[in-house]
Amino acid sequence: MSVTPSDIEKVALLARLAIAETDLPDVTERFSRVLSLVNELNTIDTHGVIPMSNPHDMEQRLREDSVAHPSDREALMATAPAQQDGYFLVPKVID
Amino acid sequence: MSWEIVMGLEVHLQLATQSKIFSGSATQFGAAPNQQADAVDLGMPGMLPVLNEEAVRYAVKFGLGIGAKIGKRSVFDRKNYFYPDLPKGYQVSQFFSPIVCEGVFDVPLEDGSLYPIRITRAHLEEDAGKSVHDIFSHETGIDLNRAGTPLLEIVTEPDFRSAEQAVAYLKALHSLVTYLGISDGNMAEGSMRCDINISLREKGSDELGTRTEIKNVNSFRFVERAIHCEYERQADILDAGGRITQETRLYDAEQNTTRSMRSKEVANDYRYFPEPDLLPIVIDDSYIESVRQSLPELPAAKRARFIAEYDLTEYDTNLLVPNHAVADYFEAVAKSSGAPKLAANWILGDLSAALNRSELSIDANPISAERLAGLVSRISDGTLSSKLAKQVFEALWNEEGDTDEIIAARGLKQVSDSGALEAMVDEVIANNPDQVAQYIAADDAKRKKLSGFFVGQIMKASKGQANPQMLNELLLKKLEDQS
Repeated sequence: MSVTPSDIEKVALLARLAIAETDLPDVTERFSRVLSLVNELNTIDTHGVIPMSNPHDMEQRLREDSVAHPSDREALMATAPAQQDGYFLVPKVID
Repeated sequence: MSWEIVMGLEVHLQLATQSKIFSGSATQFGAAPNQQADAVDLGMPGMLPVLNEEAVRYAVKFGLGIGAKIGKRSVFDRKNYFYPDLPKGYQVSQFFSPIVCEGVFDVPLEDGSLYPIRITRAHLEEDAGKSVHDIFSHETGIDLNRAGTPLLEIVTEPDFRSAEQAVAYLKALHSLVTYLGISDGNMAEGSMRCDINISLREKGSDELGTRTEIKNVNSFRFVERAIHCEYERQADILDAGGRITQETRLYDAEQNTTRSMRSKEVANDYRYFPEPDLLPIVIDDSYIESVRQSLPELPAAKRARFIAEYDLTEYDTNLLVPNHAVADYFEAVAKSSGAPKLAANWILGDLSAALNRSELSIDANPISAERLAGLVSRISDGTLSSKLAKQVFEALWNEEGDTDEIIAARGLKQVSDSGALEAMVDEVIANNPDQVAQYIAADDAKRKKLSGFFVGQIMKASKGQANPQMLNELLLKKLEDQS
């Protein structure tokens, strides 16, 4: 499985990872090796096998629709680097 | 060049659960920022989602409501993208195996016909939070109250060919989901938001053109306008020999234009994969059957029944049925008065007009169904002429009592007693010999006009209470006797 440095740049952008220009060849090489390993799975015949969406062979348990009021709101807000008037603050986002 | 517009719609419907889809936080609209966000909604490390049973039930209700196939085993997936109001860096959605599979939804159009729209799928997902750009000068404020609110995203095939069809679909969908009780459908509060995929192609062509997507349109009127604007924009480009760029656009209601949303272009690659924190939702036949049993009468069935049972026109039915409260009100008035057609006329006529004038919804209607039925009964038994009925209606609106009380208090009874009417006719003939002479001398066409004078005089003398039909017959007979 071969990937190009530009594939790596795109994946890094999507994952918000900073990869230095000088590291790019090395990361590309290692990324390719991992993909080749995973690609070996494609040689297995999975005909008639139901796709597994979760390793636990169980169904989702459901919760009753009732409101539980969180008591730790102040503590949760306090974990943010910046907040004001009840809002979390982030650098200006413009659409 | 003549272009055909081709559209598909995606509606994000907020489900009317008390708590969020994966946490116990409240979903109420209008709370102070971040009051309704707990550790799960904030995406704190180690928090695990637990699915709300009511959200599942509502999705199944919707599926059954449009006769769609229910996904017996549906799976949540992570939709990965970064945005400040998406705390986990992914949205939990359903991509590969949705809870509602394909179905067909018959949309009533204004002319009374039905237009079938193919529903591709509907899936459960969590809403994101809200970014507030205009409160702080150097930062964006993030309110996560909406994060984790359960949404049902309803996707159609590209079956729409006009803005009118799209709006009719949205109205019918709004009606269906409020009947089902799965959403309040409040567009102004964002409970129903619409994305429109639009492309143009040469008339007669089978191929689809390049599309653009207009995001988050939140009123019926804006949907119609956004479609017209985007049609013009694309047609101008194509007419000039240009190409459409596939992109996400935003409708700007103030400028009545659509503009590109560049920020959404960079990461149009969501890398979906199954959400490991949630197990598959498994739905069996007995569950589906129990939900089916709980379904109320839906708009399509009600329309058919109103036409069959009350002999209403399709036009009237299409106006009465969409709002559940209006339909119930009509039915109560129709049953209690025994005059359904008259009931429909009064509800769609004077009552609607009065509600509109006062900007009231049917829920705030000051005239109870029983009282309107009283009025309708007195019209249908001949006690009130339509003119007197309007006076009584005004009094009912002002809550002056019930119809019979108002008739008694104001002495409004229509005079249908032929003896009394005859006396009035005799009197007016005796008092107006000149007009009688003119009438006798006139030809048929002129006579018709002249008879209006006598009717006017009698109506004036009876304060509008003379039964107009009986009066006319009597008068013409008496005038005939004179000649």
